Amino acid sequence: MQVELFVNGQPRSDDVEPRLLLVHYLREVCGLRAANVGCDTTSCGACTVLLNGTSVKSCTVLTVQANGQQVTTAEGLADDGRLHPVQAAFRQEHGLQCGFCTPGMVMAAVGLLSENPDPTEEEVREGLEGNFCRCTGYHNIVRAVLAAATGTAGTTRTAGTSATAADGERAEVGA
Amino acid sequence: MSILGTRVLRTEDPRFLTSGGVYTEDVVDERLAGACHVFFVRSPVAHARIGGIDVSAALSAPGVVAAFTAADLGELAPIKPGPMFNQQMARPILASDKVRYVGDLVAIVVTEQAYQGEDAVELVDVDYDPLPAVISFADAAADKVLLYEEAGTNVAANFGDASQLDEHLFDECEVVTTRTILNQRVAPAPMETRAAAAAWGEDGRVTAWIPNQGAQGTQAGLARLLGLKAEQVHIITPDVGGAFGAKFGADPEHALVAWVARQLGRPARWSETRYENLIAMTHGRAQQQTVTIGGQRDGTVLAYRLEIVQDSGAHVRIGAMLPFLTILMTSGPYAIPRAESVATSVVTTTTSLGAYRGAGRPEATAAIERAMDLFAAEIGMDPAEVRRRNLLPPFTEPHRTKFGALYDTGDYVAALDKVLAAAGYDELRQEQAERRARGDTVALGIGLASYVEITGMGDGEEAPPQENATVEVHPDGTATILTGTSPHGQGHETAWAMLASDQLGIPVDKITLKWGDTDLVPEGGGTGGSRSLQHGGSAVRQAAQELLEIARERAASELEASPADLRFDVERSAFEVAGDPDASVPLASLAEEERLLVRTVFTAPGATFPFGSHVAVVEVDTETGKVVLRRIVTVDDAGFVLNPLLAEGQRHGGIAQGAAQAFLEEVVYDDDGNPLTASFADYPFLSATEVPSFELADMQTLTSYNPLGVKGIGEAGSIGATPAVQNAVVDALAHLGVRHIDMPASPQRVWRALQAAKENA
Amino acid sequence: MIPAPFDYVAAQSPAHAVDLLDSLGDDAKLLAGGHSLLPMMKLRLAVPAVLIDIGRLAELTGIRAEDGELVIGAATPHATVATSGLAQADAPLLAHSAGLVGDPQIRHRGTIGGSLAHADPAADLPMALLALGGSVDVLGQAGTRNVAAEDFFTGFFETSLKPGELVTAVRVPRRPGAAWGYQKFVRRANDWAIVGAAAIDGRIALANMGPTPLRARAAEQALADGAGAAEAAELAAEGTEPGEDVHADRGYRRHLARVLTRRALEHRT
Repeated sequence: MQVELFVNGQPRSDDVEPRLLLVHYLREVCGLRAANVGCDTTSCGACTVLLNGTSVKSCTVLTVQANGQQVTTAEGLADDGRLHPVQAAFRQEHGLQCGFCTPGMVMAAVGLLSENPDPTEEEVREGLEGNFCRCTGYHNIVRAVLAAATGTAGTTRTAGTSATAADGERAEVGA
Repeated sequence: MSILGTRVLRTEDPRFLTSGGVYTEDVVDERLAGACHVFFVRSPVAHARIGGIDVSAALSAPGVVAAFTAADLGELAPIKPGPMFNQQMARPILASDKVRYVGDLVAIVVTEQAYQGEDAVELVDVDYDPLPAVISFADAAADKVLLYEEAGTNVAANFGDASQLDEHLFDECEVVTTRTILNQRVAPAPMETRAAAAAWGEDGRVTAWIPNQGAQGTQAGLARLLGLKAEQVHIITPDVGGAFGAKFGADPEHALVAWVARQLGRPARWSETRYENLIAMTHGRAQQQTVTIGGQRDGTVLAYRLEIVQDSGAHVRIGAMLPFLTILMTSGPYAIPRAESVATSVVTTTTSLGAYRGAGRPEATAAIERAMDLFAAEIGMDPAEVRRRNLLPPFTEPHRTKFGALYDTGDYVAALDKVLAAAGYDELRQEQAERRARGDTVALGIGLASYVEITGMGDGEEAPPQENATVEVHPDGTATILTGTSPHGQGHETAWAMLASDQLGIPVDKITLKWGDTDLVPEGGGTGGSRSLQHGGSAVRQAAQELLEIARERAASELEASPADLRFDVERSAFEVAGDPDASVPLASLAEEERLLVRTVFTAPGATFPFGSHVAVVEVDTETGKVVLRRIVTVDDAGFVLNPLLAEGQRHGGIAQGAAQAFLEEVVYDDDGNPLTASFADYPFLSATEVPSFELADMQTLTSYNPLGVKGIGEAGSIGATPAVQNAVVDALAHLGVRHIDMPASPQRVWRALQAAKENA
Repeated sequence: MIPAPFDYVAAQSPAHAVDLLDSLGDDAKLLAGGHSLLPMMKLRLAVPAVLIDIGRLAELTGIRAEDGELVIGAATPHATVATSGLAQADAPLLAHSAGLVGDPQIRHRGTIGGSLAHADPAADLPMALLALGGSVDVLGQAGTRNVAAEDFFTGFFETSLKPGELVTAVRVPRRPGAAWGYQKFVRRANDWAIVGAAAIDGRIALANMGPTPLRARAAEQALADGAGAAEAAELAAEGTEPGEDVHADRGYRRHLARVLTRRALEHRT
């Protein structure tokens, strides 16, 4: 079947099987492999993308259902190399380790903050109940989302060039 | 000011956050062009003889390139267990005469496209003649139904001799209590399932992309499975989406993907579904433990015995030998005059057991920490006080336990006191008392765990632990490090760069780390057992120092001075003549005429022993049995903290996994051996709503075993959290007569314990 | 895991969907949000030959008030119901229930009609509809009929929908200000209820205590006879047929039904 949709703002036209899951369309047809498949039961959220601005699990959306719609993936968040505030916050707070859950987690966080710009810690945890992480214990992910919400993540600073204590980017003490 | 000890943000993060990591399934490489897709037919029954396998219908399905069974794999030798195990427990790489667990490999189907595979697998027809399943520890030990008839038993190995246990061990004890408890089976469940991609070259070598915890070990494992020499195998390690002990070496599936590629003369790829991952990736823990503890009413523990039955699953793999480590750490951080420990590993018709975060050591801690609380309850003493009275006093010279472990440095009482203060222990006991006085239906529980664990083990005293590193400085002012470690989330790119930067004055973001490619790094111990920083990091530091010595010679000749008169200015990354800063030469320029690199091997005197104490605070709804985790407060002392950001992340992750085992996760089989928790909907994988933010206290007791003073932190969090949470649940209900609840403290289990206590009252 | 192959057609209107169902017969299934159906198809527990997409039909989405009822289009996502000011004011039990289905991503896609037609006895919305005394509008070749919640759920994942019919709307009584309670007992936040209880206006519905959502009629009768919450709740498990699974055996489920019913009657959420 022919589908026409927008992926990260770019129009696409492709011929796909009706059963092609959106996550596989993004990965195999569009070459956007940030979204990952982590489970079989719509549980883990590693495949989360935005469909018309709202977060969805792309493993449980048929590509044909996205016909005529807008899909945004993690690759589409950064603006000309500058990290999106949520991405910057994840880095600032060490909200990722192996990175497998991260694109989905970031997209879910973007979706959460678009609906609830000033969440409590509890609301963040509930808002991410559909995204599993095995590495971080969620502690720093929650900090990252809260930091992004209050705008304390900012954008990335350029890496230090001197050799000593200012080297590398450091997390702000007490952030 | 040194960069060591500071919170440097990870240099690897930008790519993970923007384009995403490149995991094995993501790899695009011209060597894999035209790859076919491998799918496995797995047994749906736990124990059966195979009557026949008919692949004819599958072969006619759309896109099917080939189908293979054991009959086609004659050239591949059976997989034998390690030398310490019953050698009659070998099995073929694809099941031929029988299957021994739900998930056992039975056949291979190969398709042109990924989407065609499941359709074809459904068409493979296998005739199973069912045999009785062997699930429980008791059934396995009874040896009535054997998994390996030639073995004559289901016992894969014994550790120690149960007939040699001292029947007088508890003679002088005023109080003795014993209980059989369960350290239940859990699934490592990394977010990235297993995968492999393989392509053969004209030179007869196979290049295999496999997510792993040590490319060199995977290379050796793959070579062994395929009957090749290691040099014929080239392992490339893409980004790895978590491992937790279950991605060491090579699995049969990896070898079969490589075999298919050779057989068909084209590249082959495979990635497993979560269902396959939950039934065919090795599981963790699964020990039945009988703890017996005795001592005096004043709180002194005099004797402790631990008897273990290790469920090994159907195939004898790493898990079968983990009791060795459990026994090694039997007495934990305590000075118990008399202690003994024995174990038996048995096979069952279930998924095989492997290493899982802590691998044998969490089991030891969970056992003795439960025993400590049982003893405390028996004598009516506060569990913190009992621990304080029995912990080994602080030591800076190595201390050898009667189980043969040589603890390097430790201050266990200080860790306990620190965590109790951080938790506000006295206030918590006060609040608990108030709730009890009011008869609150939501009970407050406070649980403790003190632990010591072994990290950075070598292969025994004949082969002390070591790791290699190569550091090279380039003329453009950048540097490259080659490491034998294998990061999969731990942040080695940043941490090793910090270590090199600290010596060489090259900025962290100008240093590149390479690992996991056996052509580039032929030797290495990988990442596991919390070894990487103490060995791999030390090797990087050592290599950088040795590089500076070579550079010093070059600088001396260039500056026409004697090497002893030169000073290396780290801030400028340049050598200068002492007292004459204008007479200087940048380090990078010393690489212009000749490459400037050093490969070194760092050897440690032995394993190190991080330690700590955890306090868990839970609320238990006594009407429903539901446990809510309110706080976890920890001290995890792993010596010097190189990068607090990374160290905290490791602690958080470990604490979460440890807590999850205590009250949430378990792998369940029914009596016929059918897995009941084979999806993330059924397996209670921890989500963000079940855990709070954690409270970490800082304590750094350095080791003398490496110049950094570091021990391993990766597994410590999980070791402390499990018993702390379990003890907290029991503590919450102690006033209602509950003495023990097995893990996980699911609502039903808790509620049933409450009912039983009511009936006994 | 991926579904077996199937054909796909987008319905142009509810009537068109009915025609398609008629012509394609048993091999066809309706697709709205797909968050009950697609997970089953990915596990190959459902293998329809054709999917008829009704997910974007404007006639089937939206929430409006119609006299004493709220009328919710069958293809309205749970998130829309949960955040609807109208639903929160006039049927807060329903809004609350929709806000607990799965997780945020699932709520953005899954629909109320889809969930009800799926008829999972452990799900939130069937229990909520039963507690509220709501009904569904069903469209077939013969036109639209209204089916009360009591009559809609007929068995384990079974409804009284006949072949060729689709749910077009869900109706619930408007009860602004009525006290209500809702209890969903789970181990993890995005799980299905191990047991659930919802109570409003003297009606009590239970989830996962039998092959369908059930009314706790003995408890309701006790309430009607003047019993208090605790006393009435003691009868909550009467007439139920709870199953057993890894989370709970029958005895524990019956106990939970009693506790959760009491809490729901105490208007706790």
